Amino acid sequence: MNAILLLIALATLGTAIVAMSGRNLLHSVLLLAVSWSGVAAFYLWAGAQFVAFAQVLVYLGAISMVVLFAVLLTRRAREDFGAPHNLTTRSRFAVAAGAAVAAVLLWAVSRSPLAGSKGPAPTVTVRDLGRQLLGQHAAALLVIGVLLTLALIGAVVLAAVDSPDFPEDAP
Amino acid sequence: MKTTSSLLENAPVLLRDWATAFLPARARWFADSLIDIVAILAVFGLLFAFLTLAERKILGRVQNRPGPNRAGWFGLLQPFADGIKMLTKEDVVPAAADQVLHFLAPVVLLAFSILTFAVIPYGRNLVPLDLDAAVVFFFAASSSTELAVFMAGWASHNKYSLFAAMRALAQLVSYELPLLLSVVPVALATGTLSTTGIVAAQAGWKWGLVPRWLVFTPWGAAAFAVFMVSALAESNRSPFDLPEAESELIAGHLTEYSGFKYALFFMAEYFGMCALSGMAVTLFLGGWQAPLPALEFIPSYAWFAVKLLALLSGFIWIRATLPRLRIDQLTRLAWKLLVPLALVNLVTAGFWELSAGWQGAHQPLRWAVAIVLVAGPALLLGRSLGSGIGPRTYRYA
Amino acid sequence: MSPLHLCLAFSSLLFAVGLTGALSRGSSILVLLGLELMLNAANLNFIAFWRFGPAGSPATGVVFVLFSIAVAAAEAAVGLALIISLYRNQRNIRLPEATRLKG
Repeated sequence: MNAILLLIALATLGTAIVAMSGRNLLHSVLLLAVSWSGVAAFYLWAGAQFVAFAQVLVYLGAISMVVLFAVLLTRRAREDFGAPHNLTTRSRFAVAAGAAVAAVLLWAVSRSPLAGSKGPAPTVTVRDLGRQLLGQHAAALLVIGVLLTLALIGAVVLAAVDSPDFPEDAP
Repeated sequence: MKTTSSLLENAPVLLRDWATAFLPARARWFADSLIDIVAILAVFGLLFAFLTLAERKILGRVQNRPGPNRAGWFGLLQPFADGIKMLTKEDVVPAAADQVLHFLAPVVLLAFSILTFAVIPYGRNLVPLDLDAAVVFFFAASSSTELAVFMAGWASHNKYSLFAAMRALAQLVSYELPLLLSVVPVALATGTLSTTGIVAAQAGWKWGLVPRWLVFTPWGAAAFAVFMVSALAESNRSPFDLPEAESELIAGHLTEYSGFKYALFFMAEYFGMCALSGMAVTLFLGGWQAPLPALEFIPSYAWFAVKLLALLSGFIWIRATLPRLRIDQLTRLAWKLLVPLALVNLVTAGFWELSAGWQGAHQPLRWAVAIVLVAGPALLLGRSLGSGIGPRTYRYA
Repeated sequence: MSPLHLCLAFSSLLFAVGLTGALSRGSSILVLLGLELMLNAANLNFIAFWRFGPAGSPATGVVFVLFSIAVAAAEAAVGLALIISLYRNQRNIRLPEATRLKG
């Protein structure tokens, strides 16, 4: 059991680290997509099947597409993909901050007397999920719907071309 | 019922159990899965091979010519001749291409396409994976194939491939919406997302004659139509095959692929077509169920095959008949016609389910209201959209 | 080390990786990707407690993660639209150079 968890964790963390520190932006995005599918594998291991499929559908099928389109639409020349990777002061401090956060969190986790249950995974059928979403959490569902609509409209408005200000972008 | 114990019906499961009987119980699960995988690959691989032949023959006959008939009886060995040709072609990879991504793109595409076959119920007990959220699994796997399209277009280091990949992605993403939205009323009506549950909810016959398939309801017919149009676009079939049309951007995102990798791309396209047709059969056409009670002696997987082949011939017929759409025309069709229709269809399905208890003279009223709710927006939207013939405005590609 | 501890350690490390990436890279798209990693790490935490934690209502953890995934998608879309606007203004997406308020 733990062996599979360690494997998934190593794969996810490994691809995430390589993605965050890579030079080629596109390779970073694709490696991060692998990392997200590693997270989906974790959800499957934990028995949350619906969440795993939703993770693949949303992250691999939608968010990666949007990110890839943005990467393609915002490049000047081929060389611009590689972010200059000399270790500036900022990146040194960032690594230090990340390491500090990791240390604090790991220390807190290791010292907590968490009484984890040894039983099997709780089973949530899709029917239960639907009943909960439309019953107890109906208000949150409606708010999420409105939020997604607003985000869609906002993204279109932000990214659409205004011809008079940017004549070179007009069709 | 006579059918559940008939030998022909249970033959596949009995064969599999006989083949793995000598294994201990823990290894049996693994061997069962392996046999399922090999069976799916074999059946759909052969189906792909003969589907290419059937397509060329049908296209030929529609165009008043015989199609391939040199390689063996009636051209039956043509797919194998094509396979040998593809395998022996030189694999040319551009020197400036991203080697790893160029290699991985067809692999990823094929992997996710084959994954979608795992949740389709091919017969009464013949579903490889019986998941509670099978429909979400299917669409998650099929939407992950888009990453591979992008990888292919970008890794080829070719401007035309890149443009074509972006157009292909725009098309795939646009048509995912009507595809998913047309399946939501099915989940509403059957109350489950499990494919075996959806097939079971379409069991039985009304008045002993008309099957309770979802396609025989007004909203089901509309949802089926939207699903089939979106499936055509999702598998890059004509009239939506702009991404791979030779006259447009050479071969689109597949320009720099040759030999076996090209064959893998086409295998993935045909697998996508088969999987989406299989899903349409499951969701709307009652899956493996027989259309009449008297015909139940024919095994369930035979009925599934008949329905699947009927839908695939429909795909080929449409390819032979309709001209290709431009990128702005097809995105317009998706966003301005299919998505509103699918949303209105959800309302119609809700009305249909709520009025299920109407008795007597209210039944024709129910049908009339449902048909008006389905046909009205379709006609109004179709009229107001126009033909799309006019000056094109391209924004980014 | 119970499985719950391992899961929490995993999500903490993923969060730290996302944080480092978001803070240290200059390309705004990579900052956004770091943010997505952090959101994923939080979701991992939720599912870890849903699986191993004291049993509450069985669907609450899953519902929360679903909402979190939806919000992450919306945020990614809007963030990328902002990045495209930024690109139009200064012709590259380097965050350290986005120092002017007037555009």
